[in-house]
Order: sequence, then C-alpha cells, then structure tokens
Amino acid sequence: MDAGQCQATLMGPMNRKTALVRLDNERGRTPFGIGRHLLERASSLLYRVAGEDFDERVRRVAEQRDHVDPFGFDVEWTKWALLAVSVLYRHYFRVEVEGIGNVPQGRVLLIANHSGQVPIDGAVIAASLFYDADPPRAVRSMVEKWSQTLPFVSVFFTRCGQVVGVPENARRLLEMDEALLVFPEGTKGISKPFSERYQLKEFGLGFMRLALETQTPIVPIAVIGAEEQYINLGNIRTLAKALGMPVFPVVPQFLIPGAQMPLPTRYRVYFGEPLRFEGDPDDEDAVIQAKVDIVRATIQSMIIRGLKERRHIFW
Amino acid sequence: MGKAEGNGGRGKVAARDAHEYAEPPVVITGICGRLGRRLARLLHRERPIIGIDRRPFQGKPKDIKHEAIDIRRKKTRDVFRSQRIAAVVHMGIMHNPRSSSTEHHTWNVVGFQKLLDYVAQYKVPKLIVLSGAAVYGPNPDNPQFLTEDAPLMGSARFSELRDLIEVDMLAQSFFWKHPEVETVILRPCHILGEVRNASSNYLRLPRIPMLLGFDPMVQVMHEEDVVRAMILALRPGIRGVFNLAGREPAKLSSVIALTGRPTVSIPHPVAEMALKRMWRLGMTSFPAPELDHIKYVCMVDTTRARSVLGFEPKHDLASTVDAVFAGE
Repeated sequence: MDAGQCQATLMGPMNRKTALVRLDNERGRTPFGIGRHLLERASSLLYRVAGEDFDERVRRVAEQRDHVDPFGFDVEWTKWALLAVSVLYRHYFRVEVEGIGNVPQGRVLLIANHSGQVPIDGAVIAASLFYDADPPRAVRSMVEKWSQTLPFVSVFFTRCGQVVGVPENARRLLEMDEALLVFPEGTKGISKPFSERYQLKEFGLGFMRLALETQTPIVPIAVIGAEEQYINLGNIRTLAKALGMPVFPVVPQFLIPGAQMPLPTRYRVYFGEPLRFEGDPDDEDAVIQAKVDIVRATIQSMIIRGLKERRHIFW
Repeated sequence: MGKAEGNGGRGKVAARDAHEYAEPPVVITGICGRLGRRLARLLHRERPIIGIDRRPFQGKPKDIKHEAIDIRRKKTRDVFRSQRIAAVVHMGIMHNPRSSSTEHHTWNVVGFQKLLDYVAQYKVPKLIVLSGAAVYGPNPDNPQFLTEDAPLMGSARFSELRDLIEVDMLAQSFFWKHPEVETVILRPCHILGEVRNASSNYLRLPRIPMLLGFDPMVQVMHEEDVVRAMILALRPGIRGVFNLAGREPAKLSSVIALTGRPTVSIPHPVAEMALKRMWRLGMTSFPAPELDHIKYVCMVDTTRARSVLGFEPKHDLASTVDAVFAGE
C-alpha cells in the first residue's frame, strides 16, 4: 500500500466528506503499488540511460493532455514504461532512426511492418517518437481484445495508452488528434517464420477507410532488425487454438535457459514522408485495396532500401 | 438499473375523479423506489403525478396520488381508462437476481407488455423507459464508448439480465410500431446515490474488493442527474434511445479512493469461486457474473444525450461518490 492509500484509509469518513483524495493526488502513485524505494533506486539508474531531458520530455507530453484520458492512458505509468524501454532502445537494440521529422503534428496514422514474434517493434516506434522527436509525442496503438482478459497486462496496456482494436476506438483517438500506430498485417505479420522475413503479409483495409474518413495523413514506417531477434521455425495452430492465443510460434531460443531475451540486433526505423489520400471511406474493397497497395508498396521499398544499407545484422 | 420491488403491503385503490386534474397527469411506475421518490419530489409541483407501485410510499407529498397495485393487475388499466395520461415513466423494473425467474419474467416482461398495451390503446403521447448501460454488458472487446446502436450483449455471460434486455427490446420495437407515441429509452451507466443498486452497494462495502491485475475505466452518475435526464426527456419532441453518464470516466481505483475505504485485491478465479459459494449460502447480494463490471470496460458514449436531450451532468465525480453515503 502506498502513501496515498494509507492516508485514505486512516482518514476514513472525514476524507469522504471533504474529498481530500482528488484525482490529482494520484500523481505520485506508482504502478501496481511497487515499493517507492525500489523504484527510486532503479529509476536513478534508468535516468542516466534515458538522458538528462527525460523529465522535460515527460512534462511536454503531459502538458498536452489530461492526467488520465477517457481511455485510461496515464502519463505517470507510461513514464515508467518509457524509462524501462530506454535501456532496450539506447543500449540493447541501439536504435537508429531516420526521417522522424516526417511525422506531422496533430492526428496521424503510423503504419508499420510488424515482425519479431514479440511486439518490441511497437515499443521501439513509441520510444523513437518520445526520445527522438521534437516535440516528443505519446503514441497510441491498438491491442488484441485477448489482452484485456489477462490480469496486469490489461491494466499495463491501458495505462500505457493501448486501446482495444476496434474501429470505434481508432476513430475516437484520431478525433482526439493522437498519433495512432497500426500494424495492418496484424498477428500474421509478427509471427512470420524466419524464412519469410521482411516479406510483407497482406494489409488489412480498415486503416485506409479510417484515414479517409478522418482525413488523417499516413506515415509509412519500416522497421529493420526485428525479424532476426527471435528465429521462428513455424506456428503450431492447434496449440494456439487450445490455449486461446492468436498464434503459437516455435522459437527454439525460448527453450534455452537464459536465452529468452531477444538477440541484440540493431534496429533501424525509417519514417517515410506522409501520404495523404482522398476518397469515399465506404468505397468498394477494390478501390480501397488500390490505395492500401500504395502504402504497402511504399513500406516494402523502404524495407528493401533499409536492408541494402544495412552492413550487419548486429552492427 | 432498476431496483428490487419488495412485496410491500397492498393499500386500497383510492377513488378516482376524471376531472380532478387541470392537466393530464404523468404516471410513474415503481415510484416508491429511491429513484422514483426523487423524481416524484422534483416533478410534483409542476405536473400532477400518479404513482403505481405495490410498495408503500414513505413521505409521500400530498398532491401525488399513489395506487398501490401490481402493474400486472387489471386495476392498472383503470388508471388509464379514467383520465387522459400525459406520459408514462416506467421505472418499475425488478432486478433482483434472488427472486425466482418466473416472478422476475412476469413482472418485468409481462407487466411491461401490458403497460405498452395501455399506452397504445389510451393514446398516451409519451413513454419513458429506464433501462441501463448494463444491457450492453462488460466485454473484453467493447469499444471504450458504446453508442446507442451497439448490440445488447449483457446477458451473454449473465443470463439473469435477459429480461432487462427484453424490456429494452420491447420498448425499441414499440418505438417503431407506434410512431405516434414518443418513446424514450434511457440507458444510464452505474447510478450512485441512496439507491440500493449493485454499484452503490459495492461502494458501501467496508473493504472494497477489486480483481487482482484489473482496474478498468468506469462511468458513474449521480441519481439526481438520472432524474434530471428523465425530466428533460418528458419535453415534447424528445424520442429515441439515450445513453447517460456522469461528467468524466475514471479508473475504478480512483472512484474507490474517493470513498476513503480500503480495498482488497483478489484474483478473479478465487473471487468467482468464493462469490458463487457465498451466493448459494445467501451471504452476498452480488451474483458472480457481476464481477465482469470490475474487470472489463462498459462505458457509454453520451454525445446524443448532450446534443439532442440537452443533458449535462451537474455532479462531478467526488459529489457523486459522496451521494452513496449521504443517508448515513
């Protein structure tokens, strides 16, 4: 129990009448009530990694929004997540970012290739917009509804700005002028076997209808380096079904004790120039497909260029 | 959500006089509940009121006529036959998972069907039905804000909710079948206040249980705001379905923090098992499927209520939570 809660307990009835515990008082709360001491020690270490301007960046993100938005996004929680990700971002994957200036202000759809078995690519893109963009931005993205049934995961995702992947939520986020990250390949993309690395799967059409409807610019993103972090030999569909999981990849690495961490490949993230489309969002699939293909082809060519420029997987 | 109708004593039906009222009265069913009494007290100075409820009416203002009858009985028809009625506000929905399902069903569905017949037959121009956001049901794949046309999935996991959904559906089909009647369906989110509904009772627990690893966003609204919305809906020209909610959604933990009470986190499987057992022993008033309300999101989009109904909640989160303890 943290200080805020203790106070609430002790002050009981008086508290209720005078409502001392306002929402703002929660600013000091730690995620899951983790001990303050532990957090402080860990964070002082992380601050060194995250950089001097970390707090300044958090403040700039926070000033653009309410403390807790209607979706449950909470800057206080996201701060901790970003601190933790900074280690991966700066030292583990040593992410190189190119063209971050292409991301316009206001509502924007970030469309990226999805890869790497575990959605680290999402965290890396979010971190790049926080650590390397000016002004720093919070990225919202959408998660499988399955994640909502998992204890802790559901809270963690929600507080970090992830929303359940239904069109209504996406529309609302864009209307709130957020930056929304979408992987149109979905789980098919992230769980590709190693033999199909860097080959884009079919894109869903939903994001394009959404972009047309809300007049949102699309920024194509290519992520290089995630495909090699885990080597996937194939998927066991029956097991995935039995466990109620979207996919069940076979990754030998997971079985070797101590090798569960992804391989320390170097990530390269390319942001393309924003694409703007016009037309009727309720058009036939074929018309929408043609527009989606432009985005897909753009990302595929960015990937090919990125792979050409890459000298080594790990450096 | 509507509250349980107790088996109150049955008073005698007062003699009626067709010329008693200057203007046609408003009929309120379930008037003796806390919400009903609140509505009656707010409305009775402006409009004549007839209340239908088999329970006794404590502290009844003199100018309100109370018919202590069961809406399933023929005598209810007499209320409509003897005078013109300006509007019917239907709050007499029983939601008591403990009572038998037959009793539940005939009260909620058969009783309501009869009421609909009277409204159509005696040409009542306005019908307001108090449904609830629980008809949408808390689901992991709910959009953050459910609009009025979202499917009613509330009974998918909680079958006791079936007749509340049926009532809502009956009202919807009545809306289409009888365009001459302005039918309004209100679906408020969790109502907090002196009402003895599940959400207020939950906050009254001495130690408030949460599910370990879950802290969904919730909407709550003050009972007075619900009543205000009903009065707004009485205006001529208002029709259709309206979601209702308080000012801003909040984390469940923030709502609980405002009560100043301690919480206890329980893993969902344990809570479910314990609650099922306690339910069987009659030790709790919360059926196990209601745990989904503190696990998943079930929030409503109130754009329509704001723009068409002109409804703005008056109470903020703190005063809404305070209202739960107002009677203590």
